[in-house]
Amino acid sequence: MTTELKHIIEALLFVTDTPLSIGRLKQIVSSAGTRDIRLAMDNLTCEYENRKGGFYLAQVAGGYQIRTRPEYAKWVKGLIQPNPNRLSKPALETLAIIAYKQPIIRSDIEHVRGVDCGGVLRMLLEKNFIRILGRKEIPGRPLIYATTRKFLEVFDLNDLNDLPSPKEIEQISGSIHAKPLIQEPADAENGHPTGKIAE
Amino acid sequence: MPNDRYNVKLAHIFEGPMDLLIYLIKKNEVDIYDIPIALITDQYLDYMQWMTSMNIDLAGEFLLMAATLAQIKSRMLLPVHEDDPDEDDPRLEVTRPLIEYLEMKSAADRLMQRNLLGETTFLRAGGLETDVSSPDADIVRIGLFELIDAFQNVLKHMSPEHRVDLTSDGISVKKRIAQLIDIFEERGDLTFSQLIADMTDKPGVITTFLAVLEMAKVNLIQIYQHTQTGIIRIFYK
Repeated sequence: MTTELKHIIEALLFVTDTPLSIGRLKQIVSSAGTRDIRLAMDNLTCEYENRKGGFYLAQVAGGYQIRTRPEYAKWVKGLIQPNPNRLSKPALETLAIIAYKQPIIRSDIEHVRGVDCGGVLRMLLEKNFIRILGRKEIPGRPLIYATTRKFLEVFDLNDLNDLPSPKEIEQISGSIHAKPLIQEPADAENGHPTGKIAE
Repeated sequence: MPNDRYNVKLAHIFEGPMDLLIYLIKKNEVDIYDIPIALITDQYLDYMQWMTSMNIDLAGEFLLMAATLAQIKSRMLLPVHEDDPDEDDPRLEVTRPLIEYLEMKSAADRLMQRNLLGETTFLRAGGLETDVSSPDADIVRIGLFELIDAFQNVLKHMSPEHRVDLTSDGISVKKRIAQLIDIFEERGDLTFSQLIADMTDKPGVITTFLAVLEMAKVNLIQIYQHTQTGIIRIFYK
């Protein structure tokens, strides 16, 4: 049974374009228990790890998904269209603020960044990285923003607890004297994901 | 110093006053917790002047920061009462936001270093471009009145013996929107009757209806109706 279950799950993972959660798999393979499915997942993960092939089993957005290994990104990029999800530096900073401080209203985002964020917010909404949770019951009833599941999927996060903890960030910003701060704005456009540091 | 200003600064167009301040702090190699406020304010104003002379439209935020800096500078000149514990360093007014901004900048950098989907890792289908908003040709967009009609149909089908319960604390529209978004993220699109299928009481249906209207207003969803069957389908964006 377990081998068959593993193969069923592998087939489902092969077909899906969204991460499959244990719960969703249980709906489809109703005969299997949570523990069996989890075990099959662990087995598949190990198999892919041992094989060291072109893909691995990623745990993102509360589910499992087959993704290509980063080592082969260069060649995959040659095959497919340029990434439609690429973000500019201001957009990424805004997204980071929302991710860490959600639920958050626009004026609080702008307070951190010190500039108007209207255009960036609209773009992030359009690209479905953020969503509107509702309105805050204060004068002006401003919209409340939070991140979406797509945000987790694109940034390879299982859930919001996966974000680097505030403590880790504090450590980085604690050493800001040693670390150059200003980054070349051109880098974001050229699309080096690591963001090279100027000077 | 005025000589190297032009060649250096042309390379950096700052997005906002925070970026400019960080640049100045770094250029002068000063401690962010001990900003020489007179020096930084002077350079900040120089830069604003230069931007104006280059016909760059200065956003209001630059002026606001200039005013804040000038105010801190003047407060630094006042005598400090050592025995007053409430008196903070006036520079904290810029230091605190700057630190927070730097934290968020490094958070953004760390996000970028992850295995980004579409950059370093890929799906079998090639990405997330699946366009859910491609409804069949025989579905038309509907207006508010069709939606209200559908709503009244639902109310008609509800059991008549149900009375208004004044004590129960129903779900708020805001909460319902959050629930609906979760449902939509799971399913992509739903018919209107599916949405209210699990709502047995009138307040629940009304809340759902209001939630759908609110979501349409802020452009979260698109509402379509099938021309023949009259089924209203709601697509999540």
